[in-house]
Amino acid sequence: MSDNLLKVRGLKIGATVYPPGEKPHDIKIVHGVDCDLEKGKVLGLIGESGAGKSTIGLATMAYGRGGVELTGGEVWVNDRDILASAQGDIRSLRGGEVTYVSQSAAASFNPAKQIMEQVTEAAIGHGKFSKKEAEERAVTLFRKLGLPDPENIGKRYPHQVSGGQLQRCMTALALCPEPDLVVFDEPTTALDVTTQIDVLAAIKEAIRDTGVAALYITHDLAVVAQVSDDIMVLRHGNTVEYGTTDQIINAPQEEYTQALVSVRSIEHEEKQPTPEPLLTVQNITARYKGTKFDVLHDVTVDLHPGQTLAVVGESGSGKSTLARVITGLLPPRDGTINFAGRMLSKDLGNRTKEDLRELQMIYQMADVAMNPRQTVGTIIGRPLEFYFGLKGAEKRKRVIELLDEIEMGSEFIDRYPAELSGGQKQRVCIARALAAKPKLIICDEVTSALDPLVADGILKLLLQLQKIEDVAYLFITHDLATVKAIADSIAVMYQGKVQRYGSKSHVLTPPFDDYTDLLLSSVPEMKLGWLEDVIANRKMESAGN
Amino acid sequence: MSPIVKLLAQRIALGLLLLFLVSILIFAGTIVLPGDVAQSILGQSATPEALANLRAELGLDEPPVARYFNWLFGVFQGDLGTALTSGQDIATAIGKRLGNTLFLAFWAAIIAVPLAIFLGLLAVRYRERWPDKLISAVTLASISVPEFLIGYILMFFIGVKLGWFPPTAISYRPDADLLTKLSAVALPIAVLTLVVLAHMMRMTRAAILNVMQSAYIETAELKGLRMFTIIWRHAFPNSVAPVVNVVMLNLAYLVVGVVVVEVVFVYPGMGGYLVDHVSKRDIPVVQACGLIFAAVYIGLNLIADVVSILANPRLRHPK
Amino acid sequence: MRIPPAALIGLFFTALYFLMAIFAPLIAPYGMAEVVSNDIWLPPSSEFLLGTDNLGRDLLSRMIYGGRTTIFIATAATLISFTTGSILGFFAAVVGDWVDQALSRFVDLIMSIPSLILALVILSVTPITVGVLIVIMGFLDATRVFRLARAVAVDINVMDYVEAAKLRGEGRGWIIFREILPNALSPLVAEMGLRFIFMVLFISTLSFLGLGVQPPAADWGGIVKENAEGITYGIGAALYPAIAISTLAISVNLVADWVLNRTTSLKGGRG
Repeated sequence: MSDNLLKVRGLKIGATVYPPGEKPHDIKIVHGVDCDLEKGKVLGLIGESGAGKSTIGLATMAYGRGGVELTGGEVWVNDRDILASAQGDIRSLRGGEVTYVSQSAAASFNPAKQIMEQVTEAAIGHGKFSKKEAEERAVTLFRKLGLPDPENIGKRYPHQVSGGQLQRCMTALALCPEPDLVVFDEPTTALDVTTQIDVLAAIKEAIRDTGVAALYITHDLAVVAQVSDDIMVLRHGNTVEYGTTDQIINAPQEEYTQALVSVRSIEHEEKQPTPEPLLTVQNITARYKGTKFDVLHDVTVDLHPGQTLAVVGESGSGKSTLARVITGLLPPRDGTINFAGRMLSKDLGNRTKEDLRELQMIYQMADVAMNPRQTVGTIIGRPLEFYFGLKGAEKRKRVIELLDEIEMGSEFIDRYPAELSGGQKQRVCIARALAAKPKLIICDEVTSALDPLVADGILKLLLQLQKIEDVAYLFITHDLATVKAIADSIAVMYQGKVQRYGSKSHVLTPPFDDYTDLLLSSVPEMKLGWLEDVIANRKMESAGN
Repeated sequence: MSPIVKLLAQRIALGLLLLFLVSILIFAGTIVLPGDVAQSILGQSATPEALANLRAELGLDEPPVARYFNWLFGVFQGDLGTALTSGQDIATAIGKRLGNTLFLAFWAAIIAVPLAIFLGLLAVRYRERWPDKLISAVTLASISVPEFLIGYILMFFIGVKLGWFPPTAISYRPDADLLTKLSAVALPIAVLTLVVLAHMMRMTRAAILNVMQSAYIETAELKGLRMFTIIWRHAFPNSVAPVVNVVMLNLAYLVVGVVVVEVVFVYPGMGGYLVDHVSKRDIPVVQACGLIFAAVYIGLNLIADVVSILANPRLRHPK
Repeated sequence: MRIPPAALIGLFFTALYFLMAIFAPLIAPYGMAEVVSNDIWLPPSSEFLLGTDNLGRDLLSRMIYGGRTTIFIATAATLISFTTGSILGFFAAVVGDWVDQALSRFVDLIMSIPSLILALVILSVTPITVGVLIVIMGFLDATRVFRLARAVAVDINVMDYVEAAKLRGEGRGWIIFREILPNALSPLVAEMGLRFIFMVLFISTLSFLGLGVQPPAADWGGIVKENAEGITYGIGAALYPAIAISTLAISVNLVADWVLNRTTSLKGGRG
């Protein structure tokens, strides 16, 4: 076992849960997982939420988060079983041999201490470097990770730097003590896609230059394919498949892995615009009450009946504000909204019942979009009663039809939202919108809180329903893969303005403007070497300019 | 002006405004009532002359706004008026008693604050184990127990049956030496301590637990630091503000506790003075005492806010 | 349904005290103000189960009637504080704007003074009758209920499901009664228990200070006051009513705790 840095054998992890009002009981999170990692290599752990991937990552530091217990198996780091080690020994392992990068650097940095002190703390505490050496090393790492003003950034406090920068500082924190292994736990998930690619490239370069081994944990197969040598696919605490990155991406054996690889590969043929648009948003300018700047500037887009307009942008682009303006929740300062051949009032309160019925909305977080005290039957039935006056058996019959349309059975009619899975909740919200027989549904990030496979199912359902009901979607998302899957036309938004707008084929075909180019090229693709290609391309372009 | 100075100035100005409004409220509380105040003070059997005298003494013939401002200007000059019942100068009477009350509250705080923080830490250290459970049970009991029960139980068992300390504070003399004074008020101090201890302990526990559960503590643990280092370097700087807040809020609570405790132990402080004059319907005294209690309460809350502002790194090191 | 032992004890004593309050005249062996002995502060005996009080009245009988007064005042004040506070709180949250601002700032002002102090100030001029006490206590405490109800309603009001109802075109009635109220109920009900305890302690304290229920009537706090002098002579009569107050408060607390835990675990509770 010369080069073997990490050896996990039959790792079992459990936890005690305390559901309110019930007796506490034990659950199993990981049921016997094996893996190996050599020095200088990167192993990707991938799975949906609840797969146990973060738990396994922390187990390599003999750490169980919030009542999680390592119940069985062995974890060998540098030829010793850390689960059988003494407390003092584990302390020298943590922060010395193995370090950790969390998803939210913003929460993981102590708000009351300067960044430098926190980055060098472990290296100094474990006696690896003197204070001066550690600080020099930190500055070198800051520079390597592409942080601005590397000499002085350490003097700042965590809230004084941006999210992407802080995530890089966290990587510096992990690399500073010259560890043998770094556990990266979804380090780029919370970032916008154009920031993610920079952080990802910085992490990859830092791993290569320092020769450290890494466990890279994520739910995004396309991301992990860029950084890891091997990949382990996890589901419900079991290993589904374990192999080289090349094998997992290009020749997956298991059905589940195949599904993950082919996720977001929905084919959707673009429809041609009709002569008469259903929705025309013209020169909309809007700001929030009590603020002094516009979040939307002069936004103009059309949407044709039975088609999908995707509004895509990163956080702060104003895409969700556009939805609020169209629904009437935020009356615009300027501009008009034409819908189904009539002018919509700017203010929700002045719209007719017909206006409201024909324009429905689906939300990102399905669990807060449904009243927890109402049953599925009440939730879907209310629009039927409210708009069409359906009652009793008639209403029930229609609810069951709708449940059928969203591929859920009539047995769900008496359930409460808390008894549904994430995907089912979103389906019920879709049914509630459909119950009004709308002409347009605004979908606000409806798949972004869901695991990829579940999200895929929702997208397929939406496309199928569009065919049956001939409903148009205004689809708001930050995820370009989703856009490609379902849009007929696209509006790219940036800082409150429409940056690029047109049919899908037009928007996605070069020549691009700079922002659209950056955005499109930043979306991770499910192929090996994509990250290198993009970085090389960008370097070439900037050299050419 | 840096944002922190601005915020502090705002907060202090707000505190002063609040105090001003409270003074109006206290004044209004004693006048804006149906019927004749003089009548309700003296009762139905009062003679017309007595009523007229009282009205004149209270200045009831003047409009309320004028009376309020007269009163307020008096307060600013340290003139709290004279007591109706005894004709004594209120400021002099209160001066002595306020000192006595502060003596009591001070010693209760000296004991309760460190003890509560220590026990709160203990509860965090042994979370969900028996010390923690015991502490939360005691807390539940103590928020359900009136102050006078604790008072009489201590008086009955320790003061009377065991005779360790004087059962009442009648023997208290402000000019005696410290040990004699402390022994005279040992029981009232004990009661006050118990009254605030539970609250303070539970809130300290919650505040520290909140800090200990944050992600940066996990980061520190994953750096392989010693528990002591984690607490000292990472938990402590972030706990100062919430703990100070807890302490101040509970000291404010002590202000109320002191009223009852002084009555139980017949202690010559502000609380006893206030209660006495409420039943005698001596309005100028009640107004003066009410204002002082309110000012102390608002002041302590203000200190809590100021400390939170000062301890917030986002405000101390703006972008 | 499984009831934890602590809640069971709480339920038992709460029920016991309430039943005693309701049926006081049937249970009490002697009259409320009836002097039954020439000896004051007699120790407990088979004739007088808790002995006699400072005027030679039967302490047990007096306590049974006193409990009736305490529970009646506390219940009535809780009802006032609860209805006023929650209606205004919901109203402020749903209407928002200046109505909310005005109500909230006023409540802040009232709450910047300890309620006992403010109550004492007011009681220095008002006649001290049961009705006045109930109204003062109820309104002072309504500020706390207001804050809670407003906070809960504001939290719910920004939920997507409320927005969805607004987008559907639902009226204010549906939004308050069908969307907000069902979700706000459980924290408010649990709070009701705490408010009741606070009222019990409040009226007991006032009576103990001599500014609550006036003799010859008495609630538990008043009975403590009447017999307090005995303590210095080693006579514990004052402790019985004080203990009664505590046990009532603790029992209600145990029940409220259980209700709160149970409702949060209901289907779709507040997770």
